[in-house]
Amino acid sequence: MTQRVRKTISINESLLFEQVPGNRSTCDFPPLDVPSGEMADYVPRELLRDDIPGFPELNEVEVVRHFTRLSTHNYHVDLGLYPLGSCTMKYNPKINEKLARIPAFAQAHPLQLHENTQGCLKVLQKLADLLVKITGMDGVTLQPLAGAHGELTGMMLIRAALTARGNPRKKVLIPDSAHGTNPASAVLCGYTTVTLKSNASGCIDLDELRRHLDPDVACLMMTVPNTLGVFEENIQEVARLVHANGSFLYMDGANFNAFIGVARPGDMGVDVMHLNLHKTFSTPHGGGGPGAGPVVVVKELVPFLPMPVVSTKTDGSLFLDYNRPQSIGRVAAFYGNFGILLRALAYILREGSDGLRQVAENAVLNANYIRHHLSRDFHLEYRQPTLHEVVFDDKNQADAGVHTMDMAKRLLDLGFHPPTVYFPLIVPGAIMIEPTESESRAELDAFIDTMRQIAQEARESPKLLQDAPQDIRSTRFDEALAARKPVLIWKETGQA
Amino acid sequence: MKYIPHSEAETRAMLESMGLSSVQDLFQCIPAALRLAADLPIPRGKSELELERYFYQLSRENDGVLEFTTFLGAGAYNHYVPAVIDGIISRSEFFTAYTPYQPEVSQGTLQAIFEYQTMVSQLTGMDVTNASMYDGATAVTEAVLLAQRARSSAKKVVVAGSLHPFYRQVMRTYVANFDLAVEEVPWDSTGRVDPVALAAAIDDATAAVVVQSPNFFGAVEDVAECARIAHARKALLVMAVTEAASLAAFKAPGELGADVVAGEGQSFGIPVSFGGPYLGIFSTRSEHLRRMPGRVVGMTEDTRGRRGFVLTLSTREQHIRREKATSNICTNQGLCALMASVYLAYTGKSGLRELCRQNLAKAHYAREQLCAVPGVLPRFSAPFFNEFVLTLPGDPHAFARFCKERQIVPGVPLKWFYPGLDQDMLFCVTEVNQRAEIDKLVAAVREFFARP
Repeated sequence: MTQRVRKTISINESLLFEQVPGNRSTCDFPPLDVPSGEMADYVPRELLRDDIPGFPELNEVEVVRHFTRLSTHNYHVDLGLYPLGSCTMKYNPKINEKLARIPAFAQAHPLQLHENTQGCLKVLQKLADLLVKITGMDGVTLQPLAGAHGELTGMMLIRAALTARGNPRKKVLIPDSAHGTNPASAVLCGYTTVTLKSNASGCIDLDELRRHLDPDVACLMMTVPNTLGVFEENIQEVARLVHANGSFLYMDGANFNAFIGVARPGDMGVDVMHLNLHKTFSTPHGGGGPGAGPVVVVKELVPFLPMPVVSTKTDGSLFLDYNRPQSIGRVAAFYGNFGILLRALAYILREGSDGLRQVAENAVLNANYIRHHLSRDFHLEYRQPTLHEVVFDDKNQADAGVHTMDMAKRLLDLGFHPPTVYFPLIVPGAIMIEPTESESRAELDAFIDTMRQIAQEARESPKLLQDAPQDIRSTRFDEALAARKPVLIWKETGQA
Repeated sequence: MKYIPHSEAETRAMLESMGLSSVQDLFQCIPAALRLAADLPIPRGKSELELERYFYQLSRENDGVLEFTTFLGAGAYNHYVPAVIDGIISRSEFFTAYTPYQPEVSQGTLQAIFEYQTMVSQLTGMDVTNASMYDGATAVTEAVLLAQRARSSAKKVVVAGSLHPFYRQVMRTYVANFDLAVEEVPWDSTGRVDPVALAAAIDDATAAVVVQSPNFFGAVEDVAECARIAHARKALLVMAVTEAASLAAFKAPGELGADVVAGEGQSFGIPVSFGGPYLGIFSTRSEHLRRMPGRVVGMTEDTRGRRGFVLTLSTREQHIRREKATSNICTNQGLCALMASVYLAYTGKSGLRELCRQNLAKAHYAREQLCAVPGVLPRFSAPFFNEFVLTLPGDPHAFARFCKERQIVPGVPLKWFYPGLDQDMLFCVTEVNQRAEIDKLVAAVREFFARP
């Protein structure tokens, strides 16, 4: 049995602020080559601060050791399977890191002359072109800085288009299986939300949809495949109904990795979709960002895309085009998370038309392999075919007093990061597993064996699970305490 | 099939174990009419060597980036990025981890964010800092939305015209969907917000006053005075920052009465990278904690009483509150916050102070030398950090074109941002600009404007 987490070197590490005092930063600068003065020689003393109380003062070796030791406390996808459903923890190619660090890209100031940044502009234009072709849509903005930011941008585009038609409308329909960002983004765009109850197979209920489609509905936001991993088999009918109502169809592209290269949203009647480049296109999650959330759209929405856009001059050179009279405006300070966009471009070019299809095929194969081999041990509420992920729950274990969180924590003892838990909300006690295409059969088998062991332990020794984890650095944390008495920064005195 | 480990034999064996003959069987749930018959209309995959050649080729079209001397700031700053940063963030443990949902195996990320929250709070002088936001522009906009939540009757925000123009554009894009007006107030001859106009613009339905310091012109604002004016009508004072390094030089915004400090943290060790990824900084007072957007890390204990860190106060957030959340934000800029943490820890208090001193000294030297050229005048009189505006004796765009021959990007002509400032240019000088480069800029100004 793999027990990789507890075998990892793991040294305890105090906070930066608790390191031995009295040291001095070894950071240095070249001697000033202009007339030298103190700060107060340049600006009035009363504007200046005397001190930064509590701020660290360490040498380079201490800083490197500190963060390196901290790093040993993290699970990460280079260590092994990271089966967080909906999060798509796939391998992040090393070459992409190297390419993003090429000095002429990394040191390009966003207000540099266009003549000096044709390379950057080509990266943006090339990626835009490929994303449009891969999704079968008509246009794209690369500006949104994360998936949720893309959702908001997409909603703003719909609002702008409806306003141009004469009425922005009032409501957004969202299935009960949706990510929480969907309703939050709709509200931030000035809409109220209406929750659609899913049908018995976890999909959009066409009758429920028809009942709610009225002249106030701006759009339907749906995730395809949905958060159960189920492809909306009626998507064409859904699109027809939504369009007949004068509404738009928004697709949350968080799960696009399930069918990239196999089918295209543009062929399904989708009007707007955001893409999470850190999911489908392998850019690193970085412990929680930076992501990137490009939005692809149909023709009607193209004039409203955020400005600037990259355009071509008559001499063939590229420039940032601000002449976009119908644009919703800017959604970010500059042009998007360029360094992330570049990595996504590198991924697409490396995989190519042949590779991208295999990405989806193997992601779906891996998820179904897990589903097949765990379905005797774990309860599956929705039983129809699934694509890139599978959502079990804790019904088979609940009688023994073992719940989803207990099994998740036991997985830590046994060397795996747990799946997404308690989401989607329509499956109580959900265990949402997404292996991605990056995992070998051996890794999947190890995970399956471990999950089966846990199912057996739930029957035979539930306390082992209820008290987990016990074999790693930390036992379970008191999350209620953190929320009840928030300690959000370190303080020299009176701290916890 | 570049990053997929299965051999054909393995794939077959996996399918057989499931009673299937082909992977295509698994896609029958997608209506046949929607399934592509052919591969996508894009090129086939490249080898790693070809890929590298392709990007190096593209990067050569960017060679000017390395060859030109620039004096560009305006929201993105050329500071030296120490090697330790890449050394740390290139560790798989950090860059290939997810959002720390399972704290027992995410203490590295969580403790680093807690340290980031602490160091940023020490710099801003505020009680709390979130785990970071997308960028400076969206952070300032979220600060306005916080103010609106704090004052539910609010109908308006008052914004200094010297707030970064791109930030104002982002704010307008967001608030276009609400019943919230944005009123801009002008600056005075010092380059700072005109206090009389500011006081006149604020009414009882004003949620917030947004003032950037140092502002887009480089001028250090009288933040305390702005706070007094805002608070007199119960509006919150949002202090925006684009040049975060200045926080180490000037009095902490918390001490000056700011209610929210929001802005850009790119200066803390993050490359300019053509505009992103950057780092949105967001600090506020304890009273606004539960209205704060974004992720936040707090201290707690495990069942054995050992200290640890977890994501907390998530009842504000979209995955719990859905349509009632304080923001739609899901992720932070985790790795960028880590870059800032490593930068701040490595540079340390004394290093930051020296950085500030060098920026002040070099920028003041440059302005003095440039103003010694006949006809070149300082536009504003307020104290400044590392950016300043000069009025040139001619067209800044023509001057910028002249500078191309000398491989200099002199600064940002302001006409495009501010019609009326037609002869003005914004210059930025940091520790990376050597005296010889500054002198080269001065010589270019002298030569161009001495022309008949």
